[in-house]
Amino acid sequence: MQLDAPIAPELDVADASGPAVARPNRLAVIDGDVHPAWRSQEDLKPFLSKRWWDHLQTYGSRRKNGSTGQEPYPKSAPLACRRDAWPEEGGRPGSSLALMQSQHLDGNSIEFGILGPLGATGQGDFNLDFSAAMCSAVNDWQRETFTRPEKRLKGGIVVPYEDTAASVAEIDRCGPDPDFAQVFMLTRSQEPLGSRRYWPIYEAAQRYKLPVAAHVFGTSGHPVSGAGWPSFYVEEGAGHSTSCQTVVSSLVIEGVFERFPGLKVVMVEGGFAWLPALSWRLDKLFERMRDEVPHLKRKPSEYIREHVYVTTQPMEEPDDRRHVLDVMEWIGWDRLLFASDYPHWDFDDPFRAFPAGLKPERHRQICAENGRSVYRLS
Amino acid sequence: MSTEWAGAIDCDVHPRVPNIRALQAHMDEYWRDTVELRGIEGFESIAYPTNAPLTIRPDWREGKAGADEHVERMAKALLDRHGFAHAICNCLYAVQMIRDEHMAAAFARAVNDWVKAEWLDKDTRLRASIVVPVQNPELAVEEIERCAPDKRFVQVLFLAMGELPLGKSYFWPIHRAAERHDLTIGIHAGSSYHHAITGSGWPSYYLEDYAAQSLGFHTQLGSLISEGVFVKFPKLKVVLIESGVSWIGPYLWRLNKFWRGVRNEVPWIDRSPNEFVRDHIRLTIQPFDAPASGAEVGRLIDQLQSDEMLLFSSDFPHWQFDGDAMLPAGIDASLRRKILVDNPLAAYPRLGGRHAT
Amino acid sequence: MARHVVARVADIPPGARKFVTITGRGVVVFNLKGEFFALSDQCPHKGGHLSQGKLTGLVESSEPGSYRYSRQGEIVRCPWHGWEFDIRTGRSWCDPRRLRLMQYAVKVEPGATLAEGPYVAETFKVAVEDEYVVIEV
Repeated sequence: MQLDAPIAPELDVADASGPAVARPNRLAVIDGDVHPAWRSQEDLKPFLSKRWWDHLQTYGSRRKNGSTGQEPYPKSAPLACRRDAWPEEGGRPGSSLALMQSQHLDGNSIEFGILGPLGATGQGDFNLDFSAAMCSAVNDWQRETFTRPEKRLKGGIVVPYEDTAASVAEIDRCGPDPDFAQVFMLTRSQEPLGSRRYWPIYEAAQRYKLPVAAHVFGTSGHPVSGAGWPSFYVEEGAGHSTSCQTVVSSLVIEGVFERFPGLKVVMVEGGFAWLPALSWRLDKLFERMRDEVPHLKRKPSEYIREHVYVTTQPMEEPDDRRHVLDVMEWIGWDRLLFASDYPHWDFDDPFRAFPAGLKPERHRQICAENGRSVYRLS
Repeated sequence: MSTEWAGAIDCDVHPRVPNIRALQAHMDEYWRDTVELRGIEGFESIAYPTNAPLTIRPDWREGKAGADEHVERMAKALLDRHGFAHAICNCLYAVQMIRDEHMAAAFARAVNDWVKAEWLDKDTRLRASIVVPVQNPELAVEEIERCAPDKRFVQVLFLAMGELPLGKSYFWPIHRAAERHDLTIGIHAGSSYHHAITGSGWPSYYLEDYAAQSLGFHTQLGSLISEGVFVKFPKLKVVLIESGVSWIGPYLWRLNKFWRGVRNEVPWIDRSPNEFVRDHIRLTIQPFDAPASGAEVGRLIDQLQSDEMLLFSSDFPHWQFDGDAMLPAGIDASLRRKILVDNPLAAYPRLGGRHAT
Repeated sequence: MARHVVARVADIPPGARKFVTITGRGVVVFNLKGEFFALSDQCPHKGGHLSQGKLTGLVESSEPGSYRYSRQGEIVRCPWHGWEFDIRTGRSWCDPRRLRLMQYAVKVEPGATLAEGPYVAETFKVAVEDEYVVIEV
């Protein structure tokens, strides 16, 4: 297996001896997937009404995985995080802005990091009113704790997507604030995300010119594919790309991009190599079954090429690195957005993750240019 | 008849049960009468709507009856026309959809006996999969034991989307019986519809349903490897049928990458998933999801890292290609021979050699 | 080859480890039940720092559901993607033939021997009565 050399080896001498030091002349990176965390639920208290804080304490988060906390697919490391991202002062990885700044923003030359809060954020909760209250609280908490004090961080508007009206209200509330750079949803929703019930969300996102992130995970109550529930974490991890494909198929075939020509959708944390095969499959089927979908005026691959972006994490690692470069070429160099997934364990370092043989100008495009236009950053 | 396909082994053709009376003829008295008494019209899944374009290619539709309902018509359209040595019949009658496991077993028996009588007995080139009642692995093993002595059965048929991933120990009695009889496991696109067909529930369009089938294969492949099926049953071979092919390279990159980091969760996986795939997994070639020009086909086949992975199939009568363009463009002559003959022979031990009748 | 004094033996008790820098390279020194091993700190996968990785035992298996666990504390896992490395050999478990950490020769030497020189001790004043961990690079 050909191991990857760092993109700029002369600028990237490994050094674990002290805090990361910003190195001059390094590319300024746009990171499409950073995960902030709260130290404890107490951090959300200032942003919740008494009624909902009491509800949270009494009934807690209730979602279709049936668990109050620990996922039925336990992770391979505590909280699925890098072991070196636990703040010394305590609290979970991602909860210390100071450590995020020094270890990641400074250390990895991040110019902008786009936030995607995960965990018990209210998304997918059975109680729709509670879901809406939690999402609002999480958005306010993001702003107070991360995006106001640190201009390099941009928030993701967490929406209670199973309640369309509440989601639109939340986008109207947060959309005007330039601290937010995306609408944040999860891939495993109650119906495929192209379903008409979710369209008002896309209408609102389009109105504010915000891309919609569909990040892997979510608790739909269904196994990740129609083949049933796998046993192991390794299967769940490898299976995330299927949930991304379900979303892309649905958005395209339901006609979301026909209806919302300004909408951009970013598939987050599902890797990217699945996209060409899916595009080709959908094109062949469209040719065959055009009469089932007369609302589509163009081929699926054209909609995908114009509206769908994919983040690069987790970076694909075939035995022959040239295969990844093929795939990137097929997807289109302008559709790929670097993401680190900091502070999770399958994190990608922007200067070490990419395959050997990637031209520096392509690296720059993926890490520093594409995100600028998708997230509308100055 | 041109000679370019002569001797080829078509690993996926679909005989269609014309009506329930055809199956009743192969049921015992209780089930025959039950069908009448309860007005059982039959089990037709929505996986292949009869008049949908994909289901039967226009020139294979012959008025009300398709070429897939009669062995002579299929022979004329396919085996005679091209000079195939064999074709493997995968009957997709929706036995897997039935909830009553005993009824499922009765229908499975009837389907297998119908395939024998109407297809295998009438054309010596034909081979078939054993349709099993997956609803109860013990009953499935009984059916395998019943059919296995007939060497024209070369495979045990599963669908890509059932209630549990196929690597789970629930199914091991079936895998054990298959391995014992040198029967290949065939996993074919399709669903029992006992689950929503995607991880986000039910999509609106048939196009999405068919597209989603490739995702079921992701789960099945991950399951067979992670659960250690090939450690438990080292002789077992599995063919992924009508899957789309080009999904598998990228899926394996993910599975291998995750495995390296979480190996201790599944320590019986003592070599990389890629190695298990090369030794145990094969794919039929139609449909091959790639642009028609063929420019990417070579690179996609490179991703498989083995020229033994692909098995020729027409997927008759599904409309996957036009005319006689049964292989995607872009495949060179030496690989073509492997796909048409060598790889199918290796994937189906009962096809040739000491098992041939 | 130069001898680098990187620690007093007492600084790295059994089960502990120490990160040191030698000629600009990060090296992790482990003490497994009194034996010292020195490996490159940098994971050959994507550069994670093994000095911050978890120590575990080795799990092997002959069939699904069997877990044969041994050698507690002798496997270090990269803190990022979790790759397992055998501290004694530097080899990865996922691909032992092709993927491994660089190993360095490490010895324990008494201060009296070291005092004769030559050695490099960037941070140590070598005392004759102590024992030291010495890496040759």
